[in-house]
Amino acid sequence: MLAFLVRRIVALIVTMLVVSMLIFAAFEWTPGQVARKVLGPFATQEQVDLLTEQMGLNRPAPVRYVEWVGGLVKGDLGYSSYYKTDVENIIWDRLGNTLIIASIAFAIIVPCSILFGVLAGMREGSKLDRSISIGAIVTTSVPEFASGVFLSTIFVLYLGWFPGVSSLERDGGWSIGSQLVMPVAVMVLFDLGYVVRMIRAAMVEVMMKPYVRTAILKGMGFRQVVIKHALRNAMIVSLTVILLQVNYLIGGVVVVETIFAYPGFGRMMLESALSQDVATVEAATLVIVFITVLTQTLGDLGYMLLNPRIRFA
Amino acid sequence: MAQVAQAIKPRAGGQIWKRVKLLTESPVGMVGVFLVLFWVVVAILAPWLAPYDPNANDPSTVPDHIDPMMDPTPNSVYLLGTDNQGRDLLSRIIWGSRTVLIVAPTATLCAYAVGCLLGLLAGYYRGWVDTLISRFSDIVLSFPAIVLYILIITRLGPSALNVIVAVIFIASPQIVRIVRGITMEQRELDYVTAAKMRGESSLYIMMVEILPNTRGPLIVDACLRMGYTTIQIGVLGFLGLGLPPPAPDWGGMIKDAYAMMSTAPHMSLFPAIAISSLVVGFSLLADGLREISLRD
Repeated sequence: MLAFLVRRIVALIVTMLVVSMLIFAAFEWTPGQVARKVLGPFATQEQVDLLTEQMGLNRPAPVRYVEWVGGLVKGDLGYSSYYKTDVENIIWDRLGNTLIIASIAFAIIVPCSILFGVLAGMREGSKLDRSISIGAIVTTSVPEFASGVFLSTIFVLYLGWFPGVSSLERDGGWSIGSQLVMPVAVMVLFDLGYVVRMIRAAMVEVMMKPYVRTAILKGMGFRQVVIKHALRNAMIVSLTVILLQVNYLIGGVVVVETIFAYPGFGRMMLESALSQDVATVEAATLVIVFITVLTQTLGDLGYMLLNPRIRFA
Repeated sequence: MAQVAQAIKPRAGGQIWKRVKLLTESPVGMVGVFLVLFWVVVAILAPWLAPYDPNANDPSTVPDHIDPMMDPTPNSVYLLGTDNQGRDLLSRIIWGSRTVLIVAPTATLCAYAVGCLLGLLAGYYRGWVDTLISRFSDIVLSFPAIVLYILIITRLGPSALNVIVAVIFIASPQIVRIVRGITMEQRELDYVTAAKMRGESSLYIMMVEILPNTRGPLIVDACLRMGYTTIQIGVLGFLGLGLPPPAPDWGGMIKDAYAMMSTAPHMSLFPAIAISSLVVGFSLLADGLREISLRD
């Protein structure tokens, strides 16, 4: 158990180091480029050279890499050329905003996906199974920007229940709560179907296991078999799938945040990448990869804790 | 010996017609086939189906400060209306199907070529080859896909070729994982041993013996991935990272029109319906194929 934990933490650190090297290589290898991006296309070559000199960019790349990582570890994420402030002033606010919609969406997705997944998977091939499965396939196949258009047409334009822009400002007369509804709805719609199908598949597999058949044959009620025996075992596999959704909900929300002009992490990522704001892109990428690898590790850990066969092996 | 090997080796192909017949029995799969075929036919016949040049603009349909009453909504001249620049939406959607049905399959196919090759190498040789390929895949997979797309396209610049490069880079590690797993199972089977004893080269064994046996799971995955790639290309277009204008591209069309959602929702609605129906088609087709593969 402890050995596993140590191994995973070492793997996490190694991954972060490799990723940071890749990011550094992609963005800062050629020193002239950085100064050029700061100054823009109309600066003269002398100005670029001068800034390169001032920023210390003409020193060898490994030295600059070590300095950069050292700064990151100390919490110095650099200066954002797009937002005109230190990166740490903006990045945590944006991450917080994204966490708000991500956690609401997560809180809806988990119980709904377990409910639908179990209902569909407990009797494979039944009418209920087919309708839930097809519904899940269709909702996950509609891209977020398309479902954003569909939902906005109905709930914003015709019914007028919710605002079409979720800027988290109060000036439009819409409460903050009502601004969160549309982004969360689009995220849930896109992601729910996938989780439902994974839980359904796990459930189908468990229902074919000998211990379930034994339970049914000894006269146990179907409802009890499902709840007592099947559900628990199906959850072992499903836990990993559910945890991996955290990555989508935090890293993949770029589209949803762009549709509704939501001031979140994904939109910050896109804006800074489009405007060549290197410091912000680098910091944001590292944060997002860290979250991804961390949830993967937690998923493996949970899988191990729930499954005694692996725990005691 | 060769005959024995032939008898042991599971036969590839030869049952295609049986499978097609099975697919016709699955109503869900047939809806998928219909939707995908519909767009394929539209894409092929685009020059004859499109009533107007997709990039020709009719200024008389654009509401502006001179004449705010001009109406871009659907009418008898422009069946689906016109977009924010007065271009016929129907023609742009028809030509846009060509864009997506060229870029998405090309990208998916290339990703499969790379993914299968690396997966076969990793699963067949094991050892340091496997470690190298698997570690690389892990690193790519530790990024959320959309973040990688943004990073790659903003570095390389938006173009059809760069979108394909990005898809190959991001999708192939997942294909590597599938193919590697199957290859590791298959290489222990008798038909591979027989081929080795016949003195076949490793390349022959990987390409001719093992690869055909990975097709079952891969066909279903390819169908799903085709839909997924279509979504990604649409997303890139929507984020302004897709094909450079004025190429008709469904995601890009929605991006341009979304700001006018409150006054002219039809500009966003029709491209949204187009891309959704194509992706739903791919997914339902994949579901039908999966059902068939479970039956035999």
